[in-house]
This record gives sequence, C-alpha cells and structure tokens, in this order.
Amino acid sequence: MTLIAFLIIFPLVIAALLLLVKGDWPRNIIVGISAAVIAVASILLAVQYLGTSHRLFEFSSAIVDYVGTAISIAIAAVIISFGVKYKNKLATALAIVQVVGSLVYEFGFAHAVHEPAGLYIDSLSVIMALIIGVIGSGICVYALGYMIDFQAHEPEGAKDRRPTFFALMFLFLSAMFVIVFSNNMVWMFTGWEVTTVCSFLLIGYTRTDEAINNAFRQIIMNLLGGIGFLVALYIATIQMHTISLDRFILEGLMHPEIAALPVCALAFAGLTKAAQMPFHTWLLGAMVAPTPTSALLHSSTMVKAGVFLLIKLAPLFLVCQVPGTMVILIGGITFMLCSFMAISQTNAKRVLAYSTIANLGLITACAGVGTPEAIWAAILLVIFHAAAKSLLFLCVGTAEHHIGSRDIEDMDLLFERMPRLARFMMLGIMCMFIAPFGMLIAKWATLVSFVETKQVVLIILLAFGSAATFMFWAKWLGKLSGIAGRPQNVEMTVHPSEWISLIVMAAIAIVACIVLPIMSHTMVEPYLVGIYGQLGQDISVDNLWISSILAVFVLVVLFGGVNSSKKKRVGVYLAGVSTDSDTRTYRNSLSGESIATSRNLYLDSIFGEARIRRTGEIVCAIVIIFALVASGVVPPMFY
Amino acid sequence: MTFINTLIGTVAFAILAPIVGCLLAGLDRIISARMQGRVGPPLLQPYYDVRKLIDKDDVTVSGVDGVYMTCALVFTAFAGGIFFSGGNLLMSAFIITMAALFFIMAAYSSRSPYAEVGAGRETLQVMSYEPMVLLMAVCFFMAAHSFNVGDAFKLNMPVITLIWPAFIGFLFILTIKLRKSPFDISTSHHAHQELVKGTTTEMSGKTLAKVEIMHWCENVLFLGWTGMFFLWGGPLSIILAVVVALAAWFFEIWVDNNFARVKWQLMLKSAWIVALVCGGVNVVFLAML
Repeated sequence: MTLIAFLIIFPLVIAALLLLVKGDWPRNIIVGISAAVIAVASILLAVQYLGTSHRLFEFSSAIVDYVGTAISIAIAAVIISFGVKYKNKLATALAIVQVVGSLVYEFGFAHAVHEPAGLYIDSLSVIMALIIGVIGSGICVYALGYMIDFQAHEPEGAKDRRPTFFALMFLFLSAMFVIVFSNNMVWMFTGWEVTTVCSFLLIGYTRTDEAINNAFRQIIMNLLGGIGFLVALYIATIQMHTISLDRFILEGLMHPEIAALPVCALAFAGLTKAAQMPFHTWLLGAMVAPTPTSALLHSSTMVKAGVFLLIKLAPLFLVCQVPGTMVILIGGITFMLCSFMAISQTNAKRVLAYSTIANLGLITACAGVGTPEAIWAAILLVIFHAAAKSLLFLCVGTAEHHIGSRDIEDMDLLFERMPRLARFMMLGIMCMFIAPFGMLIAKWATLVSFVETKQVVLIILLAFGSAATFMFWAKWLGKLSGIAGRPQNVEMTVHPSEWISLIVMAAIAIVACIVLPIMSHTMVEPYLVGIYGQLGQDISVDNLWISSILAVFVLVVLFGGVNSSKKKRVGVYLAGVSTDSDTRTYRNSLSGESIATSRNLYLDSIFGEARIRRTGEIVCAIVIIFALVASGVVPPMFY
Repeated sequence: MTFINTLIGTVAFAILAPIVGCLLAGLDRIISARMQGRVGPPLLQPYYDVRKLIDKDDVTVSGVDGVYMTCALVFTAFAGGIFFSGGNLLMSAFIITMAALFFIMAAYSSRSPYAEVGAGRETLQVMSYEPMVLLMAVCFFMAAHSFNVGDAFKLNMPVITLIWPAFIGFLFILTIKLRKSPFDISTSHHAHQELVKGTTTEMSGKTLAKVEIMHWCENVLFLGWTGMFFLWGGPLSIILAVVVALAAWFFEIWVDNNFARVKWQLMLKSAWIVALVCGGVNVVFLAML
C-alpha cells in the first residue's frame, strides 16, 4: 500500500515542482529522474502483487474526502473561468450542474455510507499501473526534446507555457493512478474529473482558436459523461447503500433490476471517455495539441480510463441486458465505422486517431460481451494498443518535426534520410494489425469469444472492420517499406530523449509480443480467476507460442535483414529514359522532363467521413438514448 | 503436440506444395490453351520458367524486395503447414494474410508508379476477400465446433451440409485469391497493359521466382480450404475433398477464360455483398440452430 500511495502522491509533488521550474536543464533532470522513479515504482508494484486476484486495503480518511471536494470545486472553477473567458455557455452550464451535483452529494448524502476499504489492487490495476507508469512516463521523457522543437516552431514572442504543460502531464499520471486503485467510487470520480480537466488544458495548450474550440468540445462531452458518473453515485448511495466498487458489483450481480440504471450511467461515462461514437469527435479534435499529449491521451491515459471502467463493469453487463447490449452495439459499430473512415485519411495523426477509436470500440464490445474469454481479449487489447500506439505517435511526432509534414503521402522521399525511424514506425504498424503480433492475437480471441456467445451482429461488424483495418495500415506500411533498405541513418538532429523513449516503447512492444503466453498466465489469468472463478483461455498455448516464434522472425528480418543486400542496384522503370530515378523524373516524348507520381488509394467516395460519420453518430445516439430510457424508466419490465 | 505437428507440417508443405502447385500451374496453362483452341506449353513449363529466373543475375531497385519475398514465402509455408497438419483454420488464414502483406510491401518498396498502383490494388483485393474468409472460418467453427481442421474427421456429416451458403461465398472470393480474371486487377500477365506488370514490375530473377513459387503454394493451400468443406468421418473422405477441390479449380479456370477484368469498385462491392449475404446469412442460421 505504501507503493500505491507513493505512485499517487509522487507525481503530484513533481507536478508542483515543475510549475516552478523555468529552465530547460533543471526540467530535463527533474522529468528524467522522476519518470524513471515512477516506472521503477510501478514495476516494483507489479512484482510485489504479481498474481494477486483481488485485495482491499483498509484506508479511509475524512481529510481525503474533503480534499476531493476541494478538487471538484477547483475543477469547476477552472472550467467556468475558461467558459466565461471564451464565452462558452454550454461548458459553463455543465460545469455548474456538475459542481452543484457533487456538493449536494458530498454534504447531503455522502455521510450516509462509510467506506472503510478505500483502496484496492488486483491484476488489472497492476497491468494498468504498468501501462501508466512505464509508457506514460516514457511519453513525458519524449516530451522534453519534442517541446524544445515545438517551442522553436512557435511564432516569435509566443508565451512559453512549458512549465504548465509538464505539470499537467504528471498530474494526469497521478489522477490515472487514483482511478485504477480507488475502491471508493467517490475518489475514483475525483480522479476521473481531474483527467478530464487535464486533457482540456492540454488540448487547449496553444490557445489558438482551433485548439480552444476542440478543447471545449472535449470538456462538454466528458462533462456529460461525468454527470452520468455522478448519477450512478447518487443511485448507488441511495438505493444500494454503498460507494465501494467491489460491493457495487456484488450487489449488482444479485439485484440486476436495481443496478441497471447506475450501470447504464457508468457505462455512459465510460463510453464518453473512451471516445466512442457519437462522442468520438473529441479525440479527433485532440490532435491539435502537441504530439506528446496525443500520445498520452491515446495510449496510456484518458481513453484507457474509459475502457478500464467498462472492463470493471463487464460482469454486470452479463446480467444487465440493457446496458450490456448498449455497450456491445456502440463498441461494434464504432469499430467498423471508424476503421472505414481511417481508409479515407491522409493525415497520419488522423489515421492513428481513428484506429485508436476503432480499437477502443473493440475493447468496449468485448467488455459488453462480458465472458471471461472476451475480457481476456479486452485486457490484451489494452496492453498491446498502449504499447504500439505510443510508439506510433512518438514516431509521427518526430517525423513531423523533421520532414515538416504529417501527411502519409510525404513519407517516402522526405523520409529517406531517416531509415531507423521508418523501421520503428513499421514495427509499430505491424504490431497494430498483423499476425503474429499481440494485437491480432487479441483480435483473434475477440472473434472467438463473439462466436462462442453467438453475437452474430458483432461477428459481421468485426469481419468487415478488420478488412478495412488491413487496407489503411497496409498502404501506410507500403509507403515506408522502401526506406528500410536505405543506407545508414544520417539524421542527427533528433533529440536523445526522443530516441530513448522511442527505443523504450519499441522494446515494450517487442517484449510484450514475445512473452505474450507468459504475460497471459501471470497477469491476465489471475484477474479472470478473481472475477469469474474460471479461466477464459480460448487460444491454445501452443498457438500462442507459434505466434511468438513468428514474431521473433519478423523482428529479426525488420531490424537485421533488410539492409544487408549486396545486389546490383538499378533505376526504376518509367516507360521512358530516367533522368533521376530517385525523384522518378524521366525524359518524355517531347524531350522535356516529366515526373511520374502516384498516390495511394483513399476511396473517399466509399469510405469518406462525409458519408459515414453522420450515420454512425445518429445510430449510436439512438442506441444510447434508448438504453438510458429503457434502464431508467422500465427496468422492472425487463426482469 | 500441436507445436511439433505444425513444424513437421510446415516442412512437408514447403517441400510438397511447390511440386503440386507447379504441376497444377502447368495443367492450368494447358487447359486454358485448349479452351482457347491452342495446344499450350509442356506440362513442366512453369518449372522451366522458374529455373531460368533463378539462374538470372540479381538486380534490384530497392534492395529489400528479395527479403520481403522470402518472408512472404516462409509465412505461406507456415500457413500451409498449420492447415495441412490439421491445425487452427483461423491461424492459417491470419498467417497467409501476413504473407500477402509482405508481397504488398515488396511491391511498394521499389517506389515504381506501376508497382505502387499494383500494390494498392492488391491491398484492395485483400480487403475484398478478407470478410468472407473470416466468416467462412466462423461458419466452419460453428458447424464443426472447433477451429481445428483435423477435428472435421470426427464429424458425422461434412460441414458442407450446414454451411453451403458460405461455400458459395468462398468460391466467389476464391477467384480473387487465385488471381484469376475477372479479379486479377493487381497484376497482369501481359506487359503491354495499363499496369505494365503491376505488383511485379520491378521484380526480377530470384525475387520473381519466389513470387511464382509463393503463388503455387497459395493455390495448393486455397484448394485445401475448398476441400475442407467435404471432410468427415475418416481419412477416406479426403478422396472426395480432392475431387471437389479439383472441380472447383477447373471451374475457376473456366471463369478465368470467360470473363473480362472488372474495375476495383465492382470487385469490392460484389465481394462484400456476397460476404454479407452468403456469410452473414449462414452465421445467423448457425447461431439459431
């Protein structure tokens, strides 16, 4: 428990310290050291609690409760001040509703229930802690070098807000630890709201019109989700007389008719935070922020908090049909439609964003299915997605600063001087979608669990969505595939801190793929045993090891085999005499020079956002409204 | 031990599939020629072609296409090994997709405009057939209660009795998988067409030989998938499976010779509609059983 307290408090202290530090060097040292400390502490925690299925800690304190209330008021104050300054009435109104709601709760109802066991740990929190502690703090290190370049690209005289930036990053980590370790749902809610407001401030970092607009979009959607969480707290306190997460789940399993509405409200909160349709636009808008923010939001924090809550609620989805069906449908539809829309994007960050939303959709759908097999798949998806997506974001961020573009079409010629970065990017892409890497193994398990539970709709959504996934990754990978064969890396201006975190992320992705069978045995299975009392192994261990061996083979080729060719090099065929093979220039029939160009297929007429987005939003909104009404108004009819 | 079986199967497939595939390719050319009123080349012509390719000088544009093609070959061998040793059908499907991906990367790596267009279309082909392949595997599972191909021998009736709609859908995408007209849009057999040679424009010598051998192995694997629908009871049913696979193959040659190449839009739409109708209906039907 000391370690848990340390993981929550230490990043807070560092955040406060970073607010005060102005210079680059002191900041580099503080961030570097504290990131390492957080990573080591979370690994120690993992070692200490390896295989723990569930353990509560006796810890309650009125002071902590009051601090939580003070934080709620502070959050509301921040949002309202921004809302007034930028004249956003909706955000201001929602923030007022929320703060009034939580104050009424705190002083009117909270004293009725006392929760002695405020903190807990189980294998899922250990996994989440590793993701937050290692990947999250790795991204903080990456941000050091990135933000120096970022500040240099800013217009002359732009205000240097980096102290706030780094403080927010560490505050974010602390809030995430609160979410994954709190058994007291009121504390969890406080952490939940802190992550919301942190990402609001991080998205609005540059204070341009676009950034402010997108930040408000984020805060409005997530405040709605927060209000959902608050509603669940009220019902849990009044009807179920508990604010403890494990008691809530137990009570819910016994009395699904009472639990339907709070579960639906919590699931709604989870869906907004996990950027599921129709709330997916906030995550797309979050791209305006500096890349480390995107990496943090997409891989290890924020959206992962959303799916974490959904996975926690999974056993309840098995007994509460309405919220379960809602989560399944939203997740499945989001997966398929966002995979479709990713095909039509040329902007690398947008492709990544759509792929994140799609994968979160898959995790959501698994949580909704709620069987041990599905949860096994969901947790593996969380792990591999975190590792591969952070690697990809960091690659795109570095590439953007060095080739001046985030367009995939520019990633051939301009990228030529950076074959090493190209190889990291290829690794990240392969980890995302292809056998034998972890993501695909998890998707495979997903499919199996859908088949076993006869979720016909999900099977079909998954089949078409996966095909689209192949298309958008393969064409990006293709753009990069030629560069790997180029001679040595000649790009020297990438900051060492960026290389360090890239290498760390790549190593995590690789190791996770290779030791998948072991990881499944020591970390995922204890959680399933703790929750369901049984295992959900739907892929045989033999098959896992075959995949593991094939993964090693691909890695050896990618990092060892591709540049050792001693073959004779020739120019490219261009149906004319080539004058410059590298730029594909050739002499045309009028003796002038022509450049042959080709673009990838983006199939905008079929998979364009204009066609798909509206449909998806409407369908998903109808599903959510129907589910909320059904579980709120007519629960007795369903049981 | 699945693990050892898979390794043995992979080695056996890597040796036998090129031989069978090569003979099939030779027969294909003779049958096609007869359909067109020609005599056609000798049976072993594909073998002579590949032997000649291997003897040629190594020349490359990107320097990496050969390595990617080696990967594609290795993965094809694994996919075949997993399938023919009675292993997991889904795993076989995933690994063969990996091989397809490496082939696509090899094509892209030259940065030739012709090869890039070809590679883009090859990606489209994969996207077109992938839903049906997944749904076919799901149908097989729901009918045989296992993804393991070997478990088909324990059934009282071949799976075709329950999943014939999926079989029809599979025959449709088999045309794409075997790279037959009307769906051979990523590469052409003739250098004068608009694509020049599509995916293989910049490949030569040993790399091109690897492409040929990979296609032979793929064909054997896909015909194996076709035969799988007709397995039951005991190993004797393999005879029926082989007969059906050969009949399907003959049908594909006939289609190849009688239909003109279509545009990608039509391929994508028709393949997805077929997958949705045949695969989807079949999955719903099996779920209600």
